Amino acid sequence: MTTTAPQIRVKARRGWTPSQIVLTALGVAVSAVFLSPLVWALFTSLKSETEAVASPTHWLPENWTWQAWSAIFETGNITNWFVNSVVVSVCVTAVVVMTSALAGYGFARTEFRGKGALMGLVMAGLMISPAVLGVPLFTTVQQMGMVDTYWGMILPQCAPASMVYILYKFFQGVPRELEDAAAIDGAGRWRIFFTVILPLSRPSLAAVGIFTFISSWNNFLWPYMVTNNPDLMTMPNGIATIMNSYGIQWAQLMAGGLMASLPLIIVFVFFQRQIVAGVAHTGLAGQ
Amino acid sequence: MTTTTPQTVIAPAPARSATKAATVRRRKQGFQHGGWFVAPFLALFGLFVIWPVVRGLYLSFTDANISGEGASFIGLDNYREALQDDMLWDSLGHSAYFTLLVVPCITVMAFLLAMLAHHIERGKWLWRLCFFLPFLLPSTVAGNLWEWLFNPTAGMVNHVFGLDTAWLADKSYSMLAVVICTLWWTAGFSFLLYLAALQGIPAHLYEAAKLDGANAWHRMVHITLPMLRNITGLVIALQILASLQVFDQAVVMFDFGPGPEDSTRTFVQFTLEEGFTAYRVGYASATSIIFFVIIASVALARMWLLRNREEGAR
Repeated sequence: MTTTAPQIRVKARRGWTPSQIVLTALGVAVSAVFLSPLVWALFTSLKSETEAVASPTHWLPENWTWQAWSAIFETGNITNWFVNSVVVSVCVTAVVVMTSALAGYGFARTEFRGKGALMGLVMAGLMISPAVLGVPLFTTVQQMGMVDTYWGMILPQCAPASMVYILYKFFQGVPRELEDAAAIDGAGRWRIFFTVILPLSRPSLAAVGIFTFISSWNNFLWPYMVTNNPDLMTMPNGIATIMNSYGIQWAQLMAGGLMASLPLIIVFVFFQRQIVAGVAHTGLAGQ
Repeated sequence: MTTTTPQTVIAPAPARSATKAATVRRRKQGFQHGGWFVAPFLALFGLFVIWPVVRGLYLSFTDANISGEGASFIGLDNYREALQDDMLWDSLGHSAYFTLLVVPCITVMAFLLAMLAHHIERGKWLWRLCFFLPFLLPSTVAGNLWEWLFNPTAGMVNHVFGLDTAWLADKSYSMLAVVICTLWWTAGFSFLLYLAALQGIPAHLYEAAKLDGANAWHRMVHITLPMLRNITGLVIALQILASLQVFDQAVVMFDFGPGPEDSTRTFVQFTLEEGFTAYRVGYASATSIIFFVIIASVALARMWLLRNREEGAR
């Protein structure tokens, strides 16, 4: 990918030129369009259920109420789902960061028999997702007795070839001289990996970790296949079932949806820089 | 993905035996330890990616049901049936139609959003946040939200535009509704790719062009667009692969049904229904394998195109 030169901040900002005024106005307008569905969801969640479905509809609640928000905590298993989501996403992220860092380095910088063939297999794995081969994956997991367990939810998400590929590309770019210098000082492969390579690759590992966390938190299809037990569902799945069991309670659904999205929005606000840099360097991480 | 040539050590000249010895040592050292680096990943990868493919291939030649017991070998019957299954072709058509609508729209949209965010000088992080935010929602939340927005009486879409459309109940609008939801939900990702690429274009190119008297339009056509060609290829490829696999938002918007007159049943949905609702695991495995072949062909076609272009450039 492109090597982004460090952006040098120009201190003296140019003033509000006519073109900047026009562009900024355009930006505000487009942002308003982009954010309006979310704003509407927020307002809906603050209406009563009857007001939410009133026709014609209106933006602002006439009676502001936290009813829907308290209802999702009382009626649903939302705290359970939240905990499940945290457990699954944190475990998946930890395992993926560790295993793909090791594998990326192994493929980029070590030699062993069959490396080329194995790398080819991993590349082929880029094309396989639960959407493509979900049914055979399910029967495999079933065979292992992991349906309706945390293991069944976590482990199949832990082998993303894309993350190995991203780190493989990154490690290839690390200058060999660094390793050679450490090797002359008598460090072995593992020592070099942990003391030289890992500290260098912190930004890339952060990007991989954040992407994995986002996609695991938002993963719907795999948990949907592998769990039927409402106590084991993750946030996105639980939210999707609210409507089926109680009929659609729109205000509650919007409150639940916002709850499910909140952690990632917070993550994004805090890690914006790493996410943008990560996207710039990798250009991967699927939907 | 570009084709990766494994890092081969170039054979050193005979005279430089010291370097040769170092290379041999490095190789040997690598041989001893390299396998252990990749072992943890390969264990998971073998268990949850390779083995399911092998198993799926095997199951696709059987009439296995969900319990996996009493399956018998039926040869190519599943594949023969699949080729004549109207529902399969319909669902494949729906996925293709969705892809055809989404990919060009999202590419143009992401590019325009990125141009906008790149050229506004103030509050860059704010624009990034605004345009990327929808991508952070879980698919089910995005699907529910748009189901609600498209609600014919209490929904905001009809209200704002003064329409009276039954978006989700009319088969001529149903897939369009899924497309609109998807554009809003996922454009942010491609937007970030474009934004990163725009930031990577060296500023001196624009300065030189300005000195030569090129106006904004010329600069865009002759510098920006050519410099973005690679990223555009990547965006299109990723979007095609992702769009062919559409499932989440489509089922959520239609309450886990196939949409009006089955108009939004996608290929993934079709396969899962065969496997988990009709319990025909053997048949669903066969359709999964067919889908894998389609996805792989698209990916390989792209690799082939890229290689040809590189060779053509030389």
